[in-house]
Amino acid sequence: MTSNSKNHRNISSLFVMRKKRGDRLFYGLVIGAAGYTLLMVALVAFSVTRGSIDIFSAEGIGFVFQSNWNAVEGRESFGAFPYIIGTLLSSAIAMAIGVPISLAIAIFISEIAPPRIGTPLSFITELLAAVPSIIYGLWALFVFRFWVRDLIEKPLYDVFHGSIPFFAKTPFGLDIFTAGIVLAIMIIPIISSICREVMRVVPDSQREAAYSLGATRWETVRMAVFPYVKSGLVGAAMLGLGRAVGETILVTMVIGNVIGPGAIPTSIFSQGQTLASLVANEFNEASSDLHLSALIALGAILLVLTMGINIVARLLVKKKIKVSSGAKSQ
Amino acid sequence: MAIEETFDAKESMTEGHSLTREPRINETAESTERFKVRIENVNGWYGSKRAIKDVNLNVREKTVTAFIGPSGCGKTTLLRCLNRMHEMTPGAHADGRVVVDGIDIYGKSIDPVVIRRRIGMVFQKPNPFPTMSIFDNVAAGLRLNGMRNKTIIREIVEESLKNAALWEEVKNELEKPGMSLSGGQQQRLCIARALAMQPEVLLMDEPTSSLDPIGSSKIEELVRTLKDSVTIIIVTHNMQQAARVSDFTAFMYLGDLIEYGSTNQIFMKPEKELTERYISGKFG
Ligand SMILES: Nc1ncnc2c1ncn2[C@@H]1O[C@H](COP(=O)(O)OP(=O)(O)OP(=O)(O)O)[C@@H](O)[C@H]1O
Ligand SMILES: [Mg+2]
Repeated sequence: MTSNSKNHRNISSLFVMRKKRGDRLFYGLVIGAAGYTLLMVALVAFSVTRGSIDIFSAEGIGFVFQSNWNAVEGRESFGAFPYIIGTLLSSAIAMAIGVPISLAIAIFISEIAPPRIGTPLSFITELLAAVPSIIYGLWALFVFRFWVRDLIEKPLYDVFHGSIPFFAKTPFGLDIFTAGIVLAIMIIPIISSICREVMRVVPDSQREAAYSLGATRWETVRMAVFPYVKSGLVGAAMLGLGRAVGETILVTMVIGNVIGPGAIPTSIFSQGQTLASLVANEFNEASSDLHLSALIALGAILLVLTMGINIVARLLVKKKIKVSSGAKSQ
Repeated sequence: MAIEETFDAKESMTEGHSLTREPRINETAESTERFKVRIENVNGWYGSKRAIKDVNLNVREKTVTAFIGPSGCGKTTLLRCLNRMHEMTPGAHADGRVVVDGIDIYGKSIDPVVIRRRIGMVFQKPNPFPTMSIFDNVAAGLRLNGMRNKTIIREIVEESLKNAALWEEVKNELEKPGMSLSGGQQQRLCIARALAMQPEVLLMDEPTSSLDPIGSSKIEELVRTLKDSVTIIIVTHNMQQAARVSDFTAFMYLGDLIEYGSTNQIFMKPEKELTERYISGKFG
């Protein structure tokens, strides 16, 4: 008895010590890590804002809507509008092409292909997702743009340029359209990998529920898989969009890099410029403080743009899956 | 009923298919009885592993048949062979014949999707669709199969919920998510979802195993009522439950069907020693 209770005392004191040390260290670490993200957001926001003060005090809010870009001393005038449009348009093309294909790939791997095909395929997709964008850029510059020009742009131009101004621009293969497609190629592995991962979360019992009502495979995807992971799928698309909007080097290589009012695209075959590509093109040669400030302000706009897109997407998802919010209480 | 017309349009099961071979198995003095489901030489495989072996069994119309046996003996596998759900497991396949109403559901021209519309299934764990309301859960099968008439949908949903003994509890909150119900209510919701398809055969895989005693006894009561209109095959771990709800019992062991007979006979005077030992709790 005595020895027993002694043991008991010893052990309990051990527990107390462990709890104190282990927990404190653990809490310290995770709170520190969480703090780090907040700190980084604050730092980035602060630097970018401070850096753009000069240009906004010189141009006012007009900076966002103007299209002049003149860095010559004494005649400086800067506007971000063409590059905002270029960014949105190239990303929109990338999403329009990339999201459906990514979803199809994810559905095929997770819902249709037998494991013996699906497993290697998902491995390959993940490999592709890890390819640095400069590789895609080089390939696009030396190979792919000629395909785009000869196989897509020229035929479209020949047929439609008279009737649809959207295609009315002599194609060169180095333009917003090419950038959009290459961006799509870049984000497809990313989006489809995440979508596949997300769809794996759906328990088989949900699929079987649909099958047992006489659903085909596609109906099962629509009825049991999509609703279950809708927010995850939108999240995957948003991650891809984030990459497309911010992608720099690849876009710089293929978009044509026009500056000033001429960079406002008149068709999808226009050469253009995105916020990120312009920063990359000019940052090294920023001729004045105002020029530098204008480039930083482009970064600020890019930051606001991505955040805005994310918030809107989140709101959309929340609205659509209201019913399932009660579902979590199970 | 109008619903049948909608289904018929999509359904090819009964057309152009006649029974070519007369059954030759298990046809003894009982052959005059109407068999709803005839299981003939059915094998269920997971890859090269044979989980059920040459099972032969005839299920009578509008009765409750229980599959019992120790864990892993193949009850679930056999049940899932009866609506071709088994083959949805990667690597799994089945052979043999399962004749429902004179039609071999493994026949060449048979679309398994159509089979699953006719043969309902309730799973071990309640699995309502989490993003759907109670109403939509029950209506899911109807809508899936092209039913658009709102009045008919509403009627069938109400009727199915009543048949599943859930109507009184949920009639004022049909728009709530199906997942907001208790476990037992969710299981009855899943039964209602299956009943809305007006199946002639209902397969239930341990439908009460995740429920408390009150929830379980509600489901058992329901099973006894439902057999007036539906042929029910139920897998259960619980021998008392088999004794309480079923008319016929099949005892399985290591993939073999050991003994099959009326529940009374199986529980009172089993012919096989293995059955007797299992029933009396000596293993399992
Ligand atoms: N997905 C699967 N892959 C491979 N083998 C499986 C799979 N599911 C079941 N089996 C095997 O098939 C055999 C029969 O399994 P089954 O699930 O039909 O048994 P059961 O009688 O329903 O058991 P329980 O009472 O535990 O539910 C078991 O030996 C099991 O290991
Ligand atoms: Mg089982």
